[in-house]
Amino acid sequence: MRRDAAIYGLRRIAAALILILSVSITAFILARLAPGDETTADLLNGVDERIIAIKRERLGLNRPLIVQVADYSWGVLRLDLGLSARFEQPVGPLVLERGANTARLGFMALLLATALGIPLGIFTGSRPHTWIARMVSVFSLTALACPPLVAALGLLFLAVSIGGIASGPRDLLIPTLALGLPMAAMLERLQSQATRDALNAPDLQAAVARGIPPQRLIWVHAARQSLRPVLGVYGVVIGGVFSGSLAVEFATGWPGLGRLMYDAVQSGDVKLVAGCVFAGGVSLAVGNLIADALRAWVDPRVRGIA
Amino acid sequence: MRRTAAAIVLAIGLMALLAPWIAPYHPEQIFENRAYAPPMRIHVRDADGWHRPFVYRQKMVDRIGRVYVEDHSHRVPLRWLSNGHLLSVDADDAPLLFCGADALGRDLCSRLIFGARLSLGVALIGACGALLLGALLGAAAGTLGGRLDTVVTTIADFVLVLPVVYLVIVLRATRPLVIGPSEVFVLMSGLFACAAWPDVARGVRAIVSTERTRDYAVAARAAGAGPVRLIGHLLPAAYGFLRVQFVLLIPALLVAESSLSFVGFGFEGRTPSWGGLLKEGETLTAMYSAPWLLLPAAALFLVVLALQRIAGHTQIFMPEPLTQRARAVSLRPTNEYSGRVPSGPDAV
Repeated sequence: MRRDAAIYGLRRIAAALILILSVSITAFILARLAPGDETTADLLNGVDERIIAIKRERLGLNRPLIVQVADYSWGVLRLDLGLSARFEQPVGPLVLERGANTARLGFMALLLATALGIPLGIFTGSRPHTWIARMVSVFSLTALACPPLVAALGLLFLAVSIGGIASGPRDLLIPTLALGLPMAAMLERLQSQATRDALNAPDLQAAVARGIPPQRLIWVHAARQSLRPVLGVYGVVIGGVFSGSLAVEFATGWPGLGRLMYDAVQSGDVKLVAGCVFAGGVSLAVGNLIADALRAWVDPRVRGIA
Repeated sequence: MRRTAAAIVLAIGLMALLAPWIAPYHPEQIFENRAYAPPMRIHVRDADGWHRPFVYRQKMVDRIGRVYVEDHSHRVPLRWLSNGHLLSVDADDAPLLFCGADALGRDLCSRLIFGARLSLGVALIGACGALLLGALLGAAAGTLGGRLDTVVTTIADFVLVLPVVYLVIVLRATRPLVIGPSEVFVLMSGLFACAAWPDVARGVRAIVSTERTRDYAVAARAAGAGPVRLIGHLLPAAYGFLRVQFVLLIPALLVAESSLSFVGFGFEGRTPSWGGLLKEGETLTAMYSAPWLLLPAAALFLVVLALQRIAGHTQIFMPEPLTQRARAVSLRPTNEYSGRVPSGPDAV
């Protein structure tokens, strides 16, 4: 069994590595095929042709596409993402810094969502007909319909009209709330449903009959059973963090990967574009691996099937 | 609840469809001296007593501070069903600004209504494309099995774990930055279809491959039905699932469109879409002095909420036993021979 788990894990990691590699190389090729390149802005600004020629030579733009792609792929394999033309810096540290910002935001939002959604879900799931549970569910359904973009703008508006609390660009509070609250609502709904189903399951009914105290029944027995369906959506949730954080970063001025990507695309900085996609792929793959590992840990069947 | 939601969606859909008639003005029409003009209030009474609904003309008193006051000297009656619009005022009393004006003095109300067209249109076409692609590939994979099944499943799994947002931006960037709205429309809905089909395909495949072993399918095969005919027999089992997916894909893609336009990779400023409109209300100063520019966010919220209510909240997320639930929705008898009826997320 342990061997199986190890093989399963290794296969997943290998698949993730291949995915990251192929995605960033594809991004490189696509961005290369796009009209314009790193020197387009210089051309439009009337920079001296000789300087542009030197720049093209330095960035290796004169070589055939195949050579450039091969060169870049070899670089990615060695974790060397090349040089950003726009920032005149290696792409690696640049992407790492911004990626860390996005990861921090995502992690905080995930933490908030879990800390808020799971206990509330267990609470509402175990007493679905109380007025508190109804209120929570109304609140959840509202938050669920707030995409991160709308949530971010709404919270900013609230902050502005209350008197500008915490609306500074580097403050993590609003971005975290904007990204985390809809997710918390989703987890709450799901946990609530799972808890309800778990409490109705035959084994839990048997536990009731044996005289297990209700609180223990809800927070220990039912909670453990409901863990599986809830952990199952964490993969989906992590994907949602990524797409949501783009809009949130723009609305709140959070200096994350999305903004870097925007700058890169706008200035035709191909290696930076590919680097951002690389970073996005890495974070998503790591997130999915963690979610899968948790699921395999909770549910032995996952290990067997895969 | 569901009926209210359906009514809201229907109303907004009609509004989008009949935009040129419902919107008071063309979305790109600029009114002089109306930059950041606030929404007009609709009055029904003044000093003389009650009247039919009317508004007052706005007068700019401070160009720098953008201060507007109502000109109480004469009432401007609202005209129903005249001048070729649902609601309008006479030309010399123009403009009529229900939702205020943006930075250039364009009517936000008209822009919102025309924006619904683009935003909902992209989401609708994208969802249809994803559904078509997902249903066909999923059904083919589930019915025929074998190598095709492996290929489709592998591709679907691959697309599902891609950093889709970033790839969509890269793909968008392969076209010049400024392109016409119709090209953006086609590009965006195409990209959405390509990004969203795997979920659909996986669900359809799961349903069809369990359906394939049932008696009617076996009988069809024994009677000599070819693969195409077999798919035609099996696909109806997935209708319930497809219906729910359709209702859920639209809000998801609507949000995707808004986010992309908001960020600057969607429809550009002149052409109104909800995300693009939000971009104008984004700055803190605009929020403070012209909060009506956030109305597109409210519209977005309303539509997403209504569509999610129609789909029913249990289906909003997609836990594993999706297929069981989908089959329950499809109103077909589940496996008659095992006395067990799947229920809830734990029924495997």
